[in-house]
Amino acid sequence: MKWVLFVDEHALPCFKTYNSTTAQIRATRLKIEKNSLCSQFGFLFKESQMCKSVLCSRLHGRYHELAPHLVPMDYTNDPECKIPPALIVNMPELKENPFRNRIVESFSEDGQGNLSFNEFVDMFSVLSETAPRELKAIYAFKIYDYNVDNYLCKEDLEKTLNKLTKEELTPEEVELVCEKTIEEADLDGDNKLSFADFENMITRAPDFLSTFHIRI
Amino acid sequence: MAHNVNFNLNDLHMDAVLESPVDEEVVHDSFNQLIAEQSQDEGQYDAFELQQLQRDLDEEGRDDVAYLSSPGYDFEDQNEDWDSDERLTDPLVDERWSSDTLKILSSMPSRTIGRSRGAIISQYYNRTLQLRRRRQSRPSIRDFSRSARPSILGYGIETDSCTYAIDAKVSKKEQLVNNLRNLAVGDRVRMLREMPLSMSDKSDLRKSVLDRETQIKSSKRVTCCSDLKICVLSAVRRGWYSWLSFLHSLHLWQVALKRVGGRFGTGVLSYFVFLKTLLFFNLFLFLVTGTFLVLPQAVHSPVSPTENRTFKGLELVTGAGYFSDTVMYYGYYCNDTLRMSGRNDARGHIMANGTKPDCVWNNLSYNMPLAYFFTIGMALFFTCIILVYSMSKSFGQSFRIDKSQSILAMKVFCSWDFRVVRESSVKLMSDNICTQIKELLAEVKQGDTSTTVCQKLWRMMVHGVAWTICIAATIGSVFAIYYFSDYIHQDLQQLSRNRNANRNPLLDEAKLLALPVVVSLINMLLPGLFNLVAWMEEYDSPSTYTYISLSRNLMLKVSVLGILCYHWLGRVAADPQSIGLTCWESFVGQELYRFLLMDFIFTALDSLFGEFLWRLFSEKVLKRRRKPEFDIARNVLELIYGQTLAWVGVLFTPLLPAVQIIKLWLLFYIKMGSVMINCQAPRKPYRVSQMTTIFITLLCFPSFLGASVCVTYTMWSITPSSSCGPFRGLKTMIQAGKHLMEKLEKDNPKLSVLARAHAFLVENPLFLFVGAGIFLIVIYFHSQVVDGQRTIISLLQRQIENEGEDKKFLITSLQSIHENKRTQSRRPRRQDSNC
Repeated sequence: MKWVLFVDEHALPCFKTYNSTTAQIRATRLKIEKNSLCSQFGFLFKESQMCKSVLCSRLHGRYHELAPHLVPMDYTNDPECKIPPALIVNMPELKENPFRNRIVESFSEDGQGNLSFNEFVDMFSVLSETAPRELKAIYAFKIYDYNVDNYLCKEDLEKTLNKLTKEELTPEEVELVCEKTIEEADLDGDNKLSFADFENMITRAPDFLSTFHIRI
Repeated sequence: MAHNVNFNLNDLHMDAVLESPVDEEVVHDSFNQLIAEQSQDEGQYDAFELQQLQRDLDEEGRDDVAYLSSPGYDFEDQNEDWDSDERLTDPLVDERWSSDTLKILSSMPSRTIGRSRGAIISQYYNRTLQLRRRRQSRPSIRDFSRSARPSILGYGIETDSCTYAIDAKVSKKEQLVNNLRNLAVGDRVRMLREMPLSMSDKSDLRKSVLDRETQIKSSKRVTCCSDLKICVLSAVRRGWYSWLSFLHSLHLWQVALKRVGGRFGTGVLSYFVFLKTLLFFNLFLFLVTGTFLVLPQAVHSPVSPTENRTFKGLELVTGAGYFSDTVMYYGYYCNDTLRMSGRNDARGHIMANGTKPDCVWNNLSYNMPLAYFFTIGMALFFTCIILVYSMSKSFGQSFRIDKSQSILAMKVFCSWDFRVVRESSVKLMSDNICTQIKELLAEVKQGDTSTTVCQKLWRMMVHGVAWTICIAATIGSVFAIYYFSDYIHQDLQQLSRNRNANRNPLLDEAKLLALPVVVSLINMLLPGLFNLVAWMEEYDSPSTYTYISLSRNLMLKVSVLGILCYHWLGRVAADPQSIGLTCWESFVGQELYRFLLMDFIFTALDSLFGEFLWRLFSEKVLKRRRKPEFDIARNVLELIYGQTLAWVGVLFTPLLPAVQIIKLWLLFYIKMGSVMINCQAPRKPYRVSQMTTIFITLLCFPSFLGASVCVTYTMWSITPSSSCGPFRGLKTMIQAGKHLMEKLEKDNPKLSVLARAHAFLVENPLFLFVGAGIFLIVIYFHSQVVDGQRTIISLLQRQIENEGEDKKFLITSLQSIHENKRTQSRRPRRQDSNC
């Protein structure tokens, strides 16, 4: 089969350069950030390792609080139990968040929003202050990807926009915003945003790291 | 991926045009890196593998031909109608890409990151490999047995059997564990942290890594000593972290700032953050002058002043009278060397560290003129460094936003603050985002509409008229200040001539307030006029409006400050005897104090009348629902104006930073209250980081630079008054250093090198110019580097676009070849059936 080889010989280097260019761009950006004479000023205060275990026990407290009848206090044997999304969504930290259902769903293994304790910890560790940018970007992408097709397409964007603005934009405006957004962020011209596009955009938003953060 | 390329129609579900790869459990590497690795390390094996792959694939392809002619293929035909419906909506199908192609596309590595566990593991495997290679620079791939090595050979086989896929995953995981084990501990923790895997997977990985390690290390016995060491280390670390978190909780105004940010957004918040920054600048200045100037002088107060003045209350405003002979002003400081006995050497040590310790240990001396000179100079120098530092930092941050095109996309994805939990704030935020998106849309739409020549002309005319009005008003006010200060000056001269005439001293003191009041009045009223003019102009984009109003206000402030500096340094300092001053520095210091105070009083009044009463008026009389907006640009410029005064004044009034601290402290609460009660969130989109950069730049460039030029001019070329202050009897302040050097040289001939160095460095203006030149060159190079990197980014972005095009082209040609194959294979089949 000729065309299979065609893929191997030509497409691969092509894809390779595509990926490496994005990486290169990211690296250059980082370099610029560092080059701006001063990059270590604000980094004096980092959350400690020690806080983690304290945080973990606190998280367990919260988790237990959500469904005292389902969750045992003793977690030494890793019991199998999951809390349904309806209970988690009612946490004060998530209650007013327009994306609460998506958050819970994207952190659950079954995609339905039933969270085990491990997944619960996952959720708050990604949403914590110290989670690395890439991790945050991945989960943000998952949250915005409503139809779980690995792309942010128009449909996802419309849903996101409606959640963001509480459906106060007219359909035409929503349409226009979706079009422009995709036009702006789409690099490879497939009219939807892949993760690479999304990440590339995120690196340009300096506020993302601080806003994608839930304090517990 | 490559394994999918053989379009295995077994897997094909006709209902899934775009199949989600969530369920995908196959291992797939981001093969680009692999290829790179392989080609680097062992090209000849590569060729071999490729050959073998080709053979394998050829065989498979033969199988596939059979498949292609199987009933599954006819499905495709039936499906074509359905495809054509879909064509309108999906641009990919629009190009007649079959479901297979789409499936391949959707399972490409860049599309599946964070989705499939196998993909993540292999991606991180590659990363750890790279990291290891960078750290140890030895080809790690040779460490593995050949079968364990990642190879594209695997792809051909994986699809054949599901079990193999699982095997491969397991082995991949093992390799990852292996790699992780070989990394340094810090790298490993970081790597594990970054992996988008669930907590249980991560702990699993870590456990297996540790297991391996303990297996290896089991020979070494863990001693009691190392156990203790770990205990102590962790305890120390814990203490340090809790100390850090305690420090973190001490942040000034944290709650208040959070409240403002939650209610008004980042725009108004940036004003308060700027105020806080200024407060810290003043705190630094105050600490320096307080420790090295005020404290030593206060401890060793000179002989009590001849006249004992009583406190009348007006002094608080004028700064004269009771205050004039205190540590507050330049005139109080003595010009001799303070000596202290060995008994209170604790304090003496601190002071001595500031300047030069004397040779005699039990008789520490403190040379006041030198201390004065170097303290002010060093304080300003360090302020300059901090300013430039923060300026470049904020430049680096804002540059990314500045140049980016995807504002709307960022607004959609990055504007939601996940921290906000209160219902009302959530409502406010979504309203805010809504209006901002609408405004951005309006800007997008506006780019399309074109204006006629007539409209353009009209616009130009309106702008011209507006600028004329503003410039005329500024020039008018500058002249008004010039003549008014001249009048005040002459009045003072007259007063000094007939000193004996019976006049009310209280009235004389109150007269001193006239000039500050006039200047503050102008400073308060003219921005209102500018706003009125700008309202007439009707700018399209809010950012232009902000810039225009910033530049007009700046023009006013700079010219006012310029004329004031001329008044102080050109008129008062040139001929202090004519207005009966024995110590003109103290007089200028008092003037600056008065200006600072008046500025504060007028700002407070402005908050009261301009914001509070105006809101009442517009609510009760005009029946408007809207509250006034907080004018960030104007308020920030007022802060910068006040800060300039403080910097100019620190030479004449070492305690002026303290006054400025109190002023800023009060101002924070006044403005906070006023904003909370009277104002509403600004409706304009406000690009904060860009604005912060501009504020810092303004603080650095006209404000600090102007102030330091003033101070330097005073030190270098104005004769200090002969009867007061630390520099009495000298020709210029700079000579204090020279005198000391001469003395040193006389005392100790070995130090003549030092004296010569001092003469060369400090007294020679050439060195100053060279230093400034080097500084400018560094800044220039820095900006050039950033510029170059910007170009690189845009080039790379264009390259990505090209790659995208290429990819599309490749896929379409693949598709067409595939179609050809199909028709070719169909023909013999049909011929067969015909037979």
